[in-house]
Order: sequence, then structure tokens, then C-alpha cells
Amino acid sequence: MAENGTRASGRNHAKSVGQRVTRIEDGPLLTGHGEFLDDIVLPDLLHCAFVRSPLAHARVDSIDLEAARALPGVHAVLTLEDLMPKLRSGRMPLGASPVGGQNKSTPFVLSGKEVAYVGEPMVLVVAGSRYIAEDAAALVNIAFSSLPVVSDARKALAAGAPVCRTELDSNLMSNFQVGYGDVDEAFASAAHVFEDELWQHRGCGHSMEGRGVVAEVRPGGELCIWSSTQMPHDVYYMLAGMLRIEQEKLRVITPDVGGGFGPKYCFYPEEAALPAAALLLRRNLKWVEDRRETFISSIQERDQYWSMQIAVDAEGTLLGLRGSMIHDQGAYAPKPINLPYNSVTAVTGPYILPAYRMDVDVVHTNKVPVSSVRGAGYPQAAFTMERMLDLVAVKLGIDRADIRRRNLIPADKMPYTKKLQARSGASLVYDSGDYPAAQAQVIAAAGWPDFPERQKKALEEGRYIGIGLANAVKGTGRGPFESGAVRISQDGKVSIFTGATAMGQGIATALAQICADELEIGPEGISVTAGDTARTEIGLGGFASRQMVTAGSSVKLAAKAVAEKAIKAASKILSVPESDLELDDGYVRKKTGNQSISLGELARVLRGAPGYAFPEGLEPGLEATIRWRTDALSYANACHVAEVEVDPDLGQVTITRYVALNDSGRMINPMIVEGQVQGGIVHGIGNALYEFMGYDDEAQPLTTTFQEYLMVTATEVPNLETIYCETLAPGNPIGAKGVGETGTIPAAAAIISAVENALAPFGVRISQTPVSPETLFKLINTARQASQPHSDSQS
Amino acid sequence: MQEITLLVNNRPYSGTVEARTTLADFLRHSLGLKGTHLGCEHGVCGACTVIVDGASVRGCLMLAVQAEGAIVETVEGLAAEDGTLHLLQEAFSREHGLQCGFCTPGMLMTLIELLRETPSPTEMEVREAISGNLCRCTGYQSIVRAVLSVTGRPGGAPGDL
Repeated sequence: MAENGTRASGRNHAKSVGQRVTRIEDGPLLTGHGEFLDDIVLPDLLHCAFVRSPLAHARVDSIDLEAARALPGVHAVLTLEDLMPKLRSGRMPLGASPVGGQNKSTPFVLSGKEVAYVGEPMVLVVAGSRYIAEDAAALVNIAFSSLPVVSDARKALAAGAPVCRTELDSNLMSNFQVGYGDVDEAFASAAHVFEDELWQHRGCGHSMEGRGVVAEVRPGGELCIWSSTQMPHDVYYMLAGMLRIEQEKLRVITPDVGGGFGPKYCFYPEEAALPAAALLLRRNLKWVEDRRETFISSIQERDQYWSMQIAVDAEGTLLGLRGSMIHDQGAYAPKPINLPYNSVTAVTGPYILPAYRMDVDVVHTNKVPVSSVRGAGYPQAAFTMERMLDLVAVKLGIDRADIRRRNLIPADKMPYTKKLQARSGASLVYDSGDYPAAQAQVIAAAGWPDFPERQKKALEEGRYIGIGLANAVKGTGRGPFESGAVRISQDGKVSIFTGATAMGQGIATALAQICADELEIGPEGISVTAGDTARTEIGLGGFASRQMVTAGSSVKLAAKAVAEKAIKAASKILSVPESDLELDDGYVRKKTGNQSISLGELARVLRGAPGYAFPEGLEPGLEATIRWRTDALSYANACHVAEVEVDPDLGQVTITRYVALNDSGRMINPMIVEGQVQGGIVHGIGNALYEFMGYDDEAQPLTTTFQEYLMVTATEVPNLETIYCETLAPGNPIGAKGVGETGTIPAAAAIISAVENALAPFGVRISQTPVSPETLFKLINTARQASQPHSDSQS
Repeated sequence: MQEITLLVNNRPYSGTVEARTTLADFLRHSLGLKGTHLGCEHGVCGACTVIVDGASVRGCLMLAVQAEGAIVETVEGLAAEDGTLHLLQEAFSREHGLQCGFCTPGMLMTLIELLRETPSPTEMEVREAISGNLCRCTGYQSIVRAVLSVTGRPGGAPGDL
């Protein structure tokens, strides 16, 4: 396990990496002294509300602002036209793209001529309080002419279908193919071919804190923006491109972020509108998203429709997979096609698949724009593959674990190159992992081999229990880099600065642990500044389970450089050979004897004093900045087994047991890893059984409160049994892989597999998520009518 | 505007509020007690839970004027004056019962009420008690474990609640 053997170890300090260190973030959060976006108070702060479209598609005939502007306490009521003097473009730039720029799918800062989804921001109201701002928003009088609505992605490309925005010729945003091998030959020669239509719905991100923006106008024409975002540097770069302001006069900071989960990975219209209004009005402004706004304006992942065929030989060995997929993109695309591309390139997962072909239509509808929610296309990929494998297993009478075992990539084939390419054109190379061993461990722990016996007994009692499993891999640690700087100040205080974003996952503690071990100190006193563009010049932020790998590697190398410099400086100052010195709890000490110098003292010497001698051969400053580069991904893997009981008369599913193995390489902090895995699984449980963002035929949202959109609560989940493996990532200096999404990716597939297994006596096939009690009840009833089961259920 | 006087975390406060101001907004913006968070503003997520006259309430569904003369407890009152964390706060940190921390104040206040009424709850009683508090980060298990760790079940002495 240990990889630090080459470095001199301190006398006193136990290693921190690998320990369940309590988090340095916790104190303020537990006592009510965190500083979230809405907690920021500035002098003479004004409050904002947005007027949003009530219609899914309409032409705007007129906007009457008079009554709103006349309301006492209102400072301004602004349309896009009003903001244009401060904007370079009324249209948002394309995010996560090397070229950026606007296109016909990027949203508008505010829409004034045509609206394309319910919730689209149209008018910005600025007032003395949020209460008054909302009063005024209600007084804005807009005349609309309804236009035809595209509400179903499957019908969006039909001949004669209306377009979701009149500037478009078609709702087709993109069509692309991925694949390899001779697919047609694989199907022609296959012993068996099976097919299925799958619908997958993922719903919203729903961090408990919504989005929010504060814009502060500072002396000298400077503008400071706080945003509850996963991407402060992206917001910084894109805002600099949007506003008529020099980049150097702009600063973006993330305060405490109350969860991300994907939707805060985009640069939003509100994040451009508020800064523009602040520059226009020369006033400090705040906007905080309320939950209704989350439902109708924050990114959702929503719907994919897959038509799939699978070809296998007589033993169930995979020969080929082919099909087509329709991805509902919503009204706009704040990012390129990364999400559906992730889905179709992740389908083959941990399996060996000789031939594969997918045809993908990315289509616009009159709904909230789509981008990533935790898992970012991977849960759909896992669901598709795992459901197709279950289909083969059930049809051929092969045990579901067996069919997977026969097709998993064996450990001795690692590193394994998939015949697919990332969008960058680079090959997909699985760096490490032992998938068959992982599955074997989980099914043993979950009592998989004994289950048929238990199931038989339960059925005799009239109880329908089922077991299911699913595997997943996730490419983590996306580059090209993340910044990590380590600095020691003259009081000996150690600080880390990074472009990684803290959004609740505990990145500050994990980085502090890595740094602490290099410096032979404890992690508790280390301060971490994550997500401030004035403190970290360049960075990328939080997405794709990337920060532990990228920022962690940079911080490790930076801390190592600082440690080496401290030894070197101490050697000069104390006149002791470097080899006789070691770091120990904030000091550089002579290994034998009492000579020592504190890190603070070294920092003071290295900061320099005017006119005084400076240690020969040393660079000023006790600090180092590293931007560790990577283009490869580190592949984490997971295997989940779920056990459920289904009441066929109510369509009610109870998860009775859940066993999950996670392998995310080296665990910097096993407690934090466990928290990520458990939270991820519960998110997946929500996707499997509860979370549904509904729209009617006019694309009016139907679920805009937590009473209609069901989040998993504490009573729906059993105690999760988690198992951890540490297959070290060979491609980065800390051996870690990401863990933020691996819990979510296989969860829905495992649960639906278990539900289907419980209902095997009825012969029910389940090809969708989520599965509500009503849906399940209908499936059961249809199956019952088709063929009566041997014994009636009685629960 | 209405005049109100109330006791918050053992300190008397008085001020004027609009009749429509919610208790949560009053605590946050008038008193500067920003530990009480707003997650949904329609009474479901539980992030704004505070204790009023001994009972947990949704700060977003109660008007500040309704708290006239009330004894209000918020997350800021849990730790000792010298900063020593309450046993439950300490347990949350030890058991990783929080990640982003946004739901945490509401969770803590809900659980304080539970533990006053049921000092040694079962796991199911803990899960029932927080079933009106949404957390997207933890999956709840670590929160349940934190609570059980301070009730002597399993291990640990009953807390001073």
C-alpha cells in the first residue's frame, strides 16, 4: 500500500492519507457559520427576481414594464435590450468547448422575442428586497402568441413536426454514429439475437442549495462575482467574453456550495444577466434561485430512448450490440454533445464486446435545457447494457452473474483499450481494475448463490422477493490539469490554493491530508482556498469525478516541492547537510541532535528582507505551484447487488438489502469515499424508483415541488453494505481514482434487475426508469392477463 | 410593519417586520442568524427547521409575526458559548453525517427535538424523525449512525440534550 517509502519519514507525525480524518470543513457548517451564497451580505445590496416564460413556446408580442417599474422599492426592471450596452452578446457562449462562441443552440441572456421553454428568463427585476422584486415581477405584463410545441423527443423529427424555436430549420441538433467491428457479420452469425426498447429518465440534480449569484461593483471599475457554481474559472472566462469589461478587472469566487450534482456545471443566463445589470446600475446585486426556479430553469438530464439489439453465441458470450438512441436535449444546449456521447461510448462498460454500432439523434424539445446530472450519461449506459445482459440471461436460462462473468474484461488484460474514441480523438484505455474479482466478492457477500432457495421459500409464503446485480466503470480524473499551489506563510501556516471547487464533497480535507503527509504535519491546521480566480490563475473546476485525481496530484507534487525546498533552505541556514535533516511537525530538524528551524522561520527568510542577504542558490518564497498534466482517465469500477420485495397488488418496491463494491483506487480518506458511495447509491435509488420530472403535451412542467417530484428520504433506504477495493491508478502520483459518480451509475440497473427478478413468476420485463408503483402495477396486470401465474399473490 | 419581541437562543430580540415576512427570512436577514437555510420554501425539504416553544417548525411556513413572544432555538444556539460542539454536532462530524452542510442545521434541530422526546430512539425512529428532511449528499446512513452513536445505541453515553 505505502508508496512514500522513498521520503524521510518524520518522527512524530502519523500518516494522514488513508485515515478516516474528520473534515476540516465541518466546524462552520455544523454551527450555522458556513457562508453560502445567500449568506453573503454587502453594503446596499439589492435583490433580484426573474420574470420567466409561462409558456413552452410562444412569440412575444409586447412587454409592458410600466406597472412593475412604478412599484415603490423597485430600482430597475430590465430586458435584454437594457443590458446590451454592457454585453458583447445577447446570446450565451457554448461551455466546455475549446472554441466557445455562440451558436443557434446556446441560450439567450434574456429572451424578449420568442420563448422556448417554461422557465426561460425574460426580464430582470431589481428591488430593495426579494419580496418586492417578486411583487414587481408579477406586475410585468407580457403578451404572447402561442406557437406549436415540441413535447416528445421521439416525435421531434417526424415529418411536419413543429420546430421548438423558429430560428431552427429542424429539431435535430446533432446526429452522430459511434462503433467498431463488423456488426452486421456479428449479428448474422449469432446463435441468438434479442432486442428491447428502453426509456430512461433521470430527472434533476437538486442540490439542497439552489443556484445563486452576487455581483459586487468595486472601485476602479472592478467586478467581483460570487456564484454557487462548480466552475468558477469557466464562469470567469465566459463572463469575461460576455461583458464589456477587461478580464483583469473581473474576479469570480465560489462561496460554500450547498451541493453540485451536475447542474452547477453550466454557465447560466442568470450568471451573465446579474453582472451586466450590476455594471449598468453600478449597484451590488443578489439573486438566489428558489426551488420552483430550480425545477424550471436548472439543468436536467431527463430522457433518452434506446432501441437495442444484442447478439450472443450459444453460451451467452457477447458478439455484437447495435441500435439507435434519441436524446432529449431540451430547448437549448449550453454544452456540446458531451452527455449523449458519454452515454453511447460508456455502454460497453466493463465488458468485452467485439462489435458495436450506435446511431444517435440529439433533438431539441420545448423543455428545460439538458446537461449533466451526477453520472453524466453513464447511468443510462449502464442501465442499457445491464438490462440487455439480463434479457439474454433470462431468455437463455443463464445465471445473471454467470453471463456477466463470461463477458467481463479479465484483470490480466489490463490496461485494456476499448475500440472507441473519446471526443478528443484519444483512445479509451481502461488503466486498471479487476472486474471479475469485484463481482465475485460482491455476489459472495450478498449471498447470491443461495438466493434462489430463499426466493422459492418466500414465494411459497406468497412473497415476491428478487435479487439483481449490475456492474459499472467510470472514467475519472479528466484533465488536462487542475492547479494546486502550496504556500507556507511566516507564521508557519500552510495554505493550499486550487482551481478545484469545493461543493460539499470534502475536497479541502482530502487535499490537506495529501499536503500534510508531504510536509510531515497534521492536516487540521491547513487552510484550503478552492475556487477563487484571484487566488488561482487558471483552473477547471468540479465535474467528471476529476478533482481528487487532478488537484490531488498537483497538491502532492507542490507539497513535495515545498518540502524539498524547506530542507534545502534549512541546510544552508543551519549548515547541516540535507541528508541529515528531516521535516517534523512544522520544523526541519537535524535527525540526531537538537538543531531545528521552523517552517515559519524558513518562510520568513525566503520571503526576503530589503537589503539583507538571501540564502545562496534558493528561489524566493516557500511555496510551489503545480499543474499536473494528464490526458488519460483513471477508470473506477463498481458492482452492486440489490435485494427487493415487491407487493404485486400495490406495485410497491421495498429495498431490503443493498451490497456495493467500489474500487476508486487509493482512498485518501475512506470516510469521505464511503460518504460519496452511499450518497451516490441513494441518488441512483431515486432514479430507479422515485424521481420523475414530468411535462404535459404542451410541455408544461407537472412536477415543480418536492411534493410532486419525489426525492429519496431516510425511510426508503436500508443500511447500505459497502465494500472497498483499492486497485491503485497507475497513471497518477497518488494512485487515486474518482468516486463522486460510481455509486450512482449501476444503482438503477441493479434495482430494476432485482424488481424484475422478484416478478419472474409473472414474466414481467422492465425496460425503463423510474418505475413508479403505478407503472409496476400496470406491468404486472398486463402480464397477469397475458398468462396467469401458477399461484395468485396474497400479500 | 409589526413589532415583535422574541427570545432566540436565550437572547431577547425585538424588531419590526412586515406581516408577510417568514420566520426563516426574519432570522436570516433581520437577526443575521444565517445558519437556518432555505431549501424549498414550500415546507418539504426541512432545511429551515427551527424549534419554536419546544416544537420543530418549518421556518419557511411560519410567519415571523406568529413567533411573537416565542422561545426560538436555532442551530447557532447548539454549541456552548466557548465554541464546544454539542454532542450531536460532534457526532455528525465524527460519523460524516454532513457533506455540503446545507441541510445540516435543519437535520440537527429535528434531531434535537427527537432526542428530547425519545432519548434512546431505535434506528427506525431516527429514520422516521428525519423523513421530512431531505439530504442529497449523504444517503442518510451516516446521519442515522451519528444519532445512534450519542444515544448509547450502539456505544456511547446518552447526550446532554
